[in-house]
Amino acid sequence: MIYLDHAATTPMRPGVWDAMQPYSNAVFGNSSGVHEVSRRAKNALEEARERIALAIGAQPREIVLTSGGTESDNLALKGASLNSVPRRGVVTVATEHEAVLETTEFLRRVGFPTTVVGVGGDGAVDLDALVDAVDANTSVVSVMFVNNETGAVQDLTRIVETVKRHDPYVLFHSDAVQAFSSEIVDVEALGVDLLTITGHKFGGPKGAGLLYVREGTQLEPIIHGGGQELGRRSGTHDVAGAVGLATAMEAAIRDRGRFRSQVAQIRDDFQKRLSAAIDNLIVNSPETSRSPQHLNVRFPGVRNETLLLRLDRGGVAASAGSACQSGASEVSHVLEGMGLSATEARESVRFSFGWDSTTDEAIEASEIVVRLIEELR
Amino acid sequence: MRVMVAMSGGVDSSVAASLMVDAGHDVVGVTLKLWSGPDGEAPTAGCCTVSDAEDARRVAAQLDIPYYVLDYTEEFRDGVVDGFVDDYVSGRTPNPCIECNRTVKFDRLLNSLDDFDSEVLVTGHHARSRLEGGLWHLLRGTDLAKDQSYVLSMLTQSELSRTRFPVGELTKTQVRARATEVGLRNAHKPESMDICFVGQRDYRTFLRDTAPTAFQPGPMVSTDGSTIGSHEGVVGFTVGQRRGLGVAVGEPRFVIRIEPETATVVLGERKDLAVTGVSLRGVTWTSGPPDTARVVAQFRSHGEPVPATLNEDRLIFTHPQEAVAPGQTVAFYDGDRLLGGALIERTFP
Repeated sequence: MIYLDHAATTPMRPGVWDAMQPYSNAVFGNSSGVHEVSRRAKNALEEARERIALAIGAQPREIVLTSGGTESDNLALKGASLNSVPRRGVVTVATEHEAVLETTEFLRRVGFPTTVVGVGGDGAVDLDALVDAVDANTSVVSVMFVNNETGAVQDLTRIVETVKRHDPYVLFHSDAVQAFSSEIVDVEALGVDLLTITGHKFGGPKGAGLLYVREGTQLEPIIHGGGQELGRRSGTHDVAGAVGLATAMEAAIRDRGRFRSQVAQIRDDFQKRLSAAIDNLIVNSPETSRSPQHLNVRFPGVRNETLLLRLDRGGVAASAGSACQSGASEVSHVLEGMGLSATEARESVRFSFGWDSTTDEAIEASEIVVRLIEELR
Repeated sequence: MRVMVAMSGGVDSSVAASLMVDAGHDVVGVTLKLWSGPDGEAPTAGCCTVSDAEDARRVAAQLDIPYYVLDYTEEFRDGVVDGFVDDYVSGRTPNPCIECNRTVKFDRLLNSLDDFDSEVLVTGHHARSRLEGGLWHLLRGTDLAKDQSYVLSMLTQSELSRTRFPVGELTKTQVRARATEVGLRNAHKPESMDICFVGQRDYRTFLRDTAPTAFQPGPMVSTDGSTIGSHEGVVGFTVGQRRGLGVAVGEPRFVIRIEPETATVVLGERKDLAVTGVSLRGVTWTSGPPDTARVVAQFRSHGEPVPATLNEDRLIFTHPQEAVAPGQTVAFYDGDRLLGGALIERTFP
C-alpha cells in the first residue's frame, strides 16, 4: 500500500514510541500525586513541556497540553469568547477546519456575534474583509496557517500584524496543525496569542496536542476539574503523550530542511507525471504559497468517491479532504470557498506526502492514478 | 465474482454479505448515506452522523471486506423525499421505501457497479431470484411472513440480471441463526420499522417541518357534499384513515377521498371505502406482460393478494376492495412469482 494521506495522519517518527514507552509502563504515576512514582512522571511531564515550549519559541507556562487539534481549537475560541474581557465575537475564515468552523457556529447559536470571511481563488484570506469584520466586540480572530485540504499557506505574519495594527486588543489564534512539518512555527515571529498544534500530523502520537497561550492572555477553561495545566485544562496528564509530542517536535524540526526540499520534490514530480499523462487535469492547490506536502487536484468527469475506492483497491491511500466519522466523502467546503462548484469539488482528490514518502512509491502511485483515470473516463 | 453488498447495518444485509464471502466471492460492502440524521433531524455538525453505518462497518471489518460509505443524500432528497412530500400534498399515499428502491438502490447504486469493478449488487431483501429459460424471475421470499417481493415489484430484467438476494432463500430464524453462528454483532438487532428520514416522529410532524406551506386549512365534507367540519391541511390525512379526524358523528367515519385542488377531505362510512377498480401508471413487468388479463394483485407489503382483471392501465377488482389509495404500489403475482408492478393513479368507487 502506498500511503498518500499524510495530511490526515502520518506514521510515528523513529524513536518516538521508544521515548514514550516507559511512561505507559514503569513510570505509570499520576503526575499530580505526592509520591515517588508520581514525582518521576511529573518530572518527565515538565521536562517534555520545556522541550515543547522551546520548539515553538514559547515559555513552558504558555503551553497547555490537550488531546489534540480539535480540543485546542475549541479551547482557543470558546475560552477567548467566554473570558472576563467584555469582548465576545469571533471572526474566522470560510476555509478553516471544522474544529474552528463548527465551534464558531456553536458560539453563534448561543448568541455570540460571529463573522466568517471568504478567500480568493488561491485560498488566500481576504485581508480587507477580515480587518473590516473586527470591531470593538471581537474577542478572537482565527486564521489557519496551512490549509489541510489544499496546502495553501497564509501569510500569517502579515495577517497578524495587519489585524493587530487595526485593533491591538483583539486576540489572534492560528490553527497550525498542518504547518509544523514544513513551516517555521515561532510564536514570537508570528505574533499570535493562541496557536494550535497536534502531534500526529508530524510523527508524534495521536491524542497529544497543545494550545499555545501567550502570557497574560485571559482564557476561560472549557474542561473543568482538578485544575491541571494552571487551571486551563483539567484532567490527568498523558505523560507518555507529552513525551512523544516533544520527541516528535524535535525530530520534525531537525528534519525540516530536508522535508521542505525533498518532499516538495517528490510531490512536484508526482504532480508533473499526472499533468503530463492526464488531459485537462486541474490543480486546485495554489501554485505558490503552498506546503510541500499537499496536492489537491481535480479530474474533470471523474467522481472522487469512485476514484478513491478504486485507488484503495489499487493500493493507493488518498482522500477527498478532511476525514469525517461516517467516512462518506462530502462536498469540500474548502474548495467551495475557493469558488469551485459542488460538482467540481466532487471531482477533486487530495494526495498528501509525508516524512517517509519516497520517489519510487510516488512514481508507482502516479502510474496507478493515470491507469485508473483512463479506465474511468 | 466480484460483488457489491448494500449493507444497512441490519442483520439481513450483514448475513447476505457473509453468505457471499463464504461462497468465495470477492465482496465489497457499501452503506448509503441517504439522510443527515438517524432520526431524521438535521445534525448540528456538518458531517458524520450515520450511526447505523457503524454496525455495517463493524460487520465488514469482521468479514474482512473493504467497506465504503457512499453519499447519496442528493439523490435521496431529489428522488424520494421531495416526491414523498409532493405525494402527500397531492392527496396520495406514497411508499418511500419503494421509491428509494426505484430511484436510488436499483438505479443509481446499481448503475455504479462498474465504478466498483463489480458484476452484481447483493441486497438483504427477502425475495428469491431465478434464471429460467434465459429470463430472470423474482419469487416471494422463503419466509412468507418476511417476504419483500412487493417492494421490489418495479424490477425488470435489466435490474434482476445484475442483482442477487441470497437472504431470500432463508427464513428470518435461519438468518438470525446464521448471524449468531458467524458471530455477527447485530444478530439480535431489532428490525427497523420507521421511515428512515422521518424516524420515530409522526410523519405529519416531518411534513409540517418540511413543507409548512402545504398545510392549507380546508373543509371536511361528507359524501353527500355537506360540510361537517374543517381541517388544517390535507397533508395530514390518508385514505382509509379513521383516527384523529377531529369530527364527532355517532358512527365511525373514514377518509374516503382527498381533493387537493380545493383542500377538501371527504369523509364517509366504511362501505364508502370500497373501490371497484383503479387506473395505473408506470406499469413494469418482470419478464414481459402476462398472457392473461386475469391477475392477482397486492396493495401492501403483506396485504392479501386479490383477483382482478387487467385492461391496459385499468385494473378491475373481482370483489370491491377497501382502503386502496392513489400513490400506493400494486404488485402482480402468479402464485409465488412476481409478475410486475405499478403505481395507482386514481381509484373508482
